Amino acid sequence: MARMNIARNKSTKKPLARNKSAVQKSENQKAADGKKARAGGWGLELPKELLLEMHRLMVKSRVLEERLIKIYKAGEAYFWIGGPGEEAFGVPLGLLTKKGQGPEYDYLHLHYRCSPTMVALGMPMIDAIRLIMNRATDRCTGGRNFANHYCFPEWNVVPVSSPIEVQYTIAIGTAWAQRRRNGDSITIVSGGDAGTAEGDFASCLVWASRKGSELPMLITVQNNGWGISTPFQGQHGETHVADRGKAFNLKTMVINGNDPVESYVKIQEAMEYIRRERKPILMETMVSRLYGHSSADGLNRRPEEDCLELFEQKLIKSGLLTDSKAKAIWDEYEKEAREAQEQVRQEPPPSEESIWDHMFVDNENGDWRKF
Amino acid sequence: MANMAQAIRMALHYCEDHYALQDVFGEDVGAPLGGVFTATQGLKTAWNSPLDERGIVGMAIGIGLAGDRCVAEIQFVDYIFNTIDLLKIAGNTHWVSNGNYSLPIVLMTPVGAGIRGSIYHSHSFDAWATRLPGWKVVMPSNPLDAYGLMLAAVKDPNPVLFLKSKALMRVRGDELIPGEPEDEKTLKKMIDAPIGDRTGWNPQWPDVEEYVVPIGKAKVTRPGRCLSIITYGRNVLMCNQAADELHHEGFNVEVIDLRSLMPYDWETIRESVHRTGRVLFVNEDTEVTNFGEHLAYRVTQELFYDLLSRPRVLAGKNLPGIGLHPNLEEATVPQVRHIKEAALEIINEVP
Repeated sequence: MARMNIARNKSTKKPLARNKSAVQKSENQKAADGKKARAGGWGLELPKELLLEMHRLMVKSRVLEERLIKIYKAGEAYFWIGGPGEEAFGVPLGLLTKKGQGPEYDYLHLHYRCSPTMVALGMPMIDAIRLIMNRATDRCTGGRNFANHYCFPEWNVVPVSSPIEVQYTIAIGTAWAQRRRNGDSITIVSGGDAGTAEGDFASCLVWASRKGSELPMLITVQNNGWGISTPFQGQHGETHVADRGKAFNLKTMVINGNDPVESYVKIQEAMEYIRRERKPILMETMVSRLYGHSSADGLNRRPEEDCLELFEQKLIKSGLLTDSKAKAIWDEYEKEAREAQEQVRQEPPPSEESIWDHMFVDNENGDWRKF
Repeated sequence: MANMAQAIRMALHYCEDHYALQDVFGEDVGAPLGGVFTATQGLKTAWNSPLDERGIVGMAIGIGLAGDRCVAEIQFVDYIFNTIDLLKIAGNTHWVSNGNYSLPIVLMTPVGAGIRGSIYHSHSFDAWATRLPGWKVVMPSNPLDAYGLMLAAVKDPNPVLFLKSKALMRVRGDELIPGEPEDEKTLKKMIDAPIGDRTGWNPQWPDVEEYVVPIGKAKVTRPGRCLSIITYGRNVLMCNQAADELHHEGFNVEVIDLRSLMPYDWETIRESVHRTGRVLFVNEDTEVTNFGEHLAYRVTQELFYDLLSRPRVLAGKNLPGIGLHPNLEEATVPQVRHIKEAALEIINEVP
């Protein structure tokens, strides 16, 4: 597979121009782009350390996803689904999360494209590799679930589930538990644009917005313009998914999720409002889907805008990052990912006996043959 | 003597005060109605939800993930079917998260026929419920068990489905809940909301005590030796009546109230069938892939050589619904006469 960091590859040195010509933006994406014009200059109005940290985490997340794809293509995993192309939104989201366990901290009801957020929270690469390779050491699911279906109770990352949009109805419950505590913690829920056609999205808006019972939720929709093979226009009559929030008197935002600076600033602004006002915001973020829906549709690189390429180019051109430093970051994570895969190969698969583990709490028997 | 609605209400009150129950919610569950069967009347944590069953189940799952205790209600089980995938998620949360998360939630819902409820107020759910691995499922037949099973359900660290027979909500038992006043008029005056304006009303809760019916334990309601009838919910009352009538006709029939469907009390079933050699399973969910069929299968596998007759399952007819007219309803779900007929057929079968 071609490396994604062609921005630092001097022999090809024109990724930005090539991608610009090949970008297939939705009307929504164009509209969102118009709103980021405020950035001015290089559009890098955040502290240098933060910009470089976001870049580092975006690279780490991209390298991880590409490693997962390699693992699938090598026949060492049964399925891949993930989030390459969503780093510019996912990384700031993870960095801005009030991280911890229990209702005093933020809850994350994620979907299966949220590896950038997990990496930003601090997830070691090897945990994602154990998950996709279904090892007994997979701490999230014990070898039971697909790639990127995370579960980290110490960070309130509740189990990612394959049914589309159910996380939006479940999220209202953790937000309700937070609401009664009068702290500043919030519930964050994420999903794609296509899934908003499910009734669960409407349920979330209804329950989050009841007068006098508003819920402290950041309701995000990552609009990548696709629902597997069906384009946005084939599923939506609304101009922006976020517009649906207006009927519920929600504060709404549409942001360019391919710009990590805009994402950081807007997520921060939204979170400050939600933490203070204890009311929800519906945020639609325009993102790319760089490798298609999943391993089921080929895993070929798509000619969509690459947020990481663009960001890295900006950092280099602005002098905040050098080509050699960027290369060193990519190489560091390539090495970590490769070594993690090699280690996981040596780890045991789940045992047959483990199917009955955790049927009930404390391993109370769940096998009717033993009732 | 409390009826089942009052017993559930007092159980939830006890759980609010002693088990940190923080939310009792669902459609019309809060004031002023307190539930369409009044089972949540006067509770300090009861609140009205939007008319959205998926939201109710999702809210319960989220509350459970946050570690708080809740009891959610689906107003009639007939309207639970659009939540099946959420129920599956609730059931698999602990398992699929490799034990990382537990889900201590209770979902209660009125089930079954017997109130002339027509197509969409007569559904049963016990067969469906037992196909939701990861859930515990209970179904009381009397107010005392309803009280004790509700306490057990709220205490349990797993999701528990509490199926309450619609037709039993106004039925009184013959055993007092510990701390309950003996006189039912006194109890009514204390905890039933007045008709009309309720804005200034507050219940005067009796000092009810902890009484827990362990999940997974059946109860023999009629001891006998020539046939074992295994049942639950409102069919327990019918089977008891059938057994009493058969007793007068010279047949000594045992009735077992299963009380918990998942996990179920196999030891009590096994011991009874081993002793009687004849068994009838009675419930009113539809008869094809019925929970009674699972139990009958297990009996044939583990007690085959003890049997003196073929095990039978008497259940609801495999129809799309239950018709409103009594002739239709009574021909669709088991009645006392059907239970007696099936019992006699089994008793009289010559091996």
